[in-house]
Amino acid sequence: MIQAERILKGEEIITAANIARWELEPDFHDSIIESVYEEAARIAKKSVKQQGEKEAYYFDLKIDKIVTSKWLGFPIMLLLLAFVFWLTIAGANYPSQFLSSFLIDTIHPTLKGLSASINLPWWIDGVLIDGAYLSMAWVISVMLPPMAIFFPMFTLLEDLGYLPRVAFNMDNLFRKAGAHGKQALTMSMGFGCNAAGVVAARVIDSPRERLIAIITNNFSLCNGRWPTQILIATIFIGGLVPDSLAGLASAASVVFIALLGIFFSLIVSWGLSKTILKGEASTFSLELPPYRPPRILQTLYTSLIDRTLIVLWRAVVFAVPAGIVIWLTANIHIGDLSVAEHFIEWADPFAFLFGLNGVILLAYIIAIPANEIVIPTILMLTVLSANIAGVGAGSGVMFELNSVSDTADILHAGGWTLLTGINLMLFSLLHNPCSTTIMTIYKETRSTKWTLVASFLPILLGLAVTFLTTQIWHFIDPAG
Amino acid sequence: MKPHNHCANCQIHHRTNMIRLGLNPADTAYVIALAGNPNTGKSTVFNNLTGLRQHTGNWPGKTVARAEGGFMYNTKPYKVVDLPGTYSLLSTSTDEEIARDFILFGKPDVTVIVADATRLERNLNLVLQILAITDKAVLCINLMDEAKRNHIEIDVRTLSKELGIPSVPVSARKKEGTDKLLQAIEEVATGTYLCSPPKIKSHSKKLNQAIETLSKKIEKIYPNLPNADWVAMRLLEGDNSVMKAVRSGAIGNLHTEGPSILKQPGQR
Repeated sequence: MIQAERILKGEEIITAANIARWELEPDFHDSIIESVYEEAARIAKKSVKQQGEKEAYYFDLKIDKIVTSKWLGFPIMLLLLAFVFWLTIAGANYPSQFLSSFLIDTIHPTLKGLSASINLPWWIDGVLIDGAYLSMAWVISVMLPPMAIFFPMFTLLEDLGYLPRVAFNMDNLFRKAGAHGKQALTMSMGFGCNAAGVVAARVIDSPRERLIAIITNNFSLCNGRWPTQILIATIFIGGLVPDSLAGLASAASVVFIALLGIFFSLIVSWGLSKTILKGEASTFSLELPPYRPPRILQTLYTSLIDRTLIVLWRAVVFAVPAGIVIWLTANIHIGDLSVAEHFIEWADPFAFLFGLNGVILLAYIIAIPANEIVIPTILMLTVLSANIAGVGAGSGVMFELNSVSDTADILHAGGWTLLTGINLMLFSLLHNPCSTTIMTIYKETRSTKWTLVASFLPILLGLAVTFLTTQIWHFIDPAG
Repeated sequence: MKPHNHCANCQIHHRTNMIRLGLNPADTAYVIALAGNPNTGKSTVFNNLTGLRQHTGNWPGKTVARAEGGFMYNTKPYKVVDLPGTYSLLSTSTDEEIARDFILFGKPDVTVIVADATRLERNLNLVLQILAITDKAVLCINLMDEAKRNHIEIDVRTLSKELGIPSVPVSARKKEGTDKLLQAIEEVATGTYLCSPPKIKSHSKKLNQAIETLSKKIEKIYPNLPNADWVAMRLLEGDNSVMKAVRSGAIGNLHTEGPSILKQPGQR
């Protein structure tokens, strides 16, 4: 039969179907589904035998009753979160020090010596070794250890089946905010990487709710921001309490920031669904999968290879050009001052309103490609602008300090107070997504408008929150 | 009965005959679709077959787009497509549409339906829906280790008989059963195993009659269509994408070509 004839006949068939439809019972669709269910039940009855009790099943039920209970669900979530951060903070310290002393105290001088021995021009030596190499070394020593602890633990929880329980606990809150319950899942993915969280929003069918999930994903602290939070918390919050409690206090403050992120996620979702993205939350069914014993070794392997190394590689790729940019801004002079100093002087008065400083703002501009390099950039620029003698290896050199207390000394010398620390933690939570995430948002929404909203909304929020914090702080303590 | 071949029955034989091609399934001989309910381990099976490391996690809805990979088995290159998990194929949501359209229009040579051994009855609903669309399928009963932990016994042979497709018990997380799965895939792909899924009739005589009349008309134009009943049903329901396919004649591309038609029945 030739194709043209087939198409003609096809039209006939459709007409026949359209006529036949009127002859049928209105619920004929259900009757087909019913018979499929009946057949499935019949086959299952014939082929599946339950020997004795479904032990694991009842065990699952018991656990679920606890971890998704009204009263215990949230406290357990918080405790788990706090435990994971505490382990990350406590565990990452030593390997971080080891890596930095190796990469920066040993390799860096060797490279400098090498370049001196072959008479490399000073600016090539500066751009490559003090800019590119040091920024990369910094990123590795600061990021690798916490990621190598955090990711496997997160993956273990995911493998175990805990994530859907989090979604189950959060579902009600998100629904009340006019968002989709599955946003709890995309939010959890955002804790690893916002770009991944934005892609994960595909699980949400309604375009309205998907947009809300995409726009608010940035409020999940991503792995590029964890190190910043952890370091600043260790210096400024851990420093407030006796040494024995320092780890706990810093972990608690990081958890607080993470919770604040969830809070903003809900509030902004609510705001969007009441204004520009009006609509009702759609219902959905969420399956709580059975708990499965995590495969420890495989999880370690895949989370190290797939998550840790890929994220680290991304950080390094971005740190190298950023290091070069930092070195250049610090070494290209207009008049008496370098480009960086010009910007910092110009931005300082504005930044002080928000309890931040010009250094932090410049660092966030340089670090748009990757949040991971915010801290190294801040340190380098602080040394440069405060003209602190005796540290670092000269203008525009990113460096690692031997310990957290050295870092603290630099920041204090740069005029940092507890307020600056707190505001940096807040601003790190509430600012534009990194360029990768912005790109992903554009790819997923295909809309310049929503991409811009998702990029600028968090900055506005961040400025508002830090402004309020600062003004209240000054009001309570005019000297501070 | 299959001819007895000691080498072919040896597990080592199959493992060594398999080469994972990762992301570069060059010159594919057969296309395999991985379908199933959410959270049954499709991505883990996918990773076992292709050697890729598609992200896996114990929560439903993790695979949001199609992932593709390949492997070589008995010198033949296969392409594997990991579909999003769905509870049905009624295409009420994007992921259901992606899955259904691929099984319907992507013309996979074999659809591997991954099912959760601990929730088999519910999974069978989807299995039966898929079998209404395609008759070239393999049931991969995954999570057998979990079923054991729950004291669930599954009569795999009865399942095969009832569904008319090969059923293979697998514990993908432990990498157990991949060899048998590969063998079953090959048998269905090459037509050595002739699938004969059951035809499900509804209780409504009127409906059955309407479907029969329509599907006879459809079969007249497309004699090799494996799923005329299903197409008829969808037309009655007013399914737009199926109507479009009938109008354009694209539905005709769905008929199963190749060895399975040439083979005499009774091979299995």
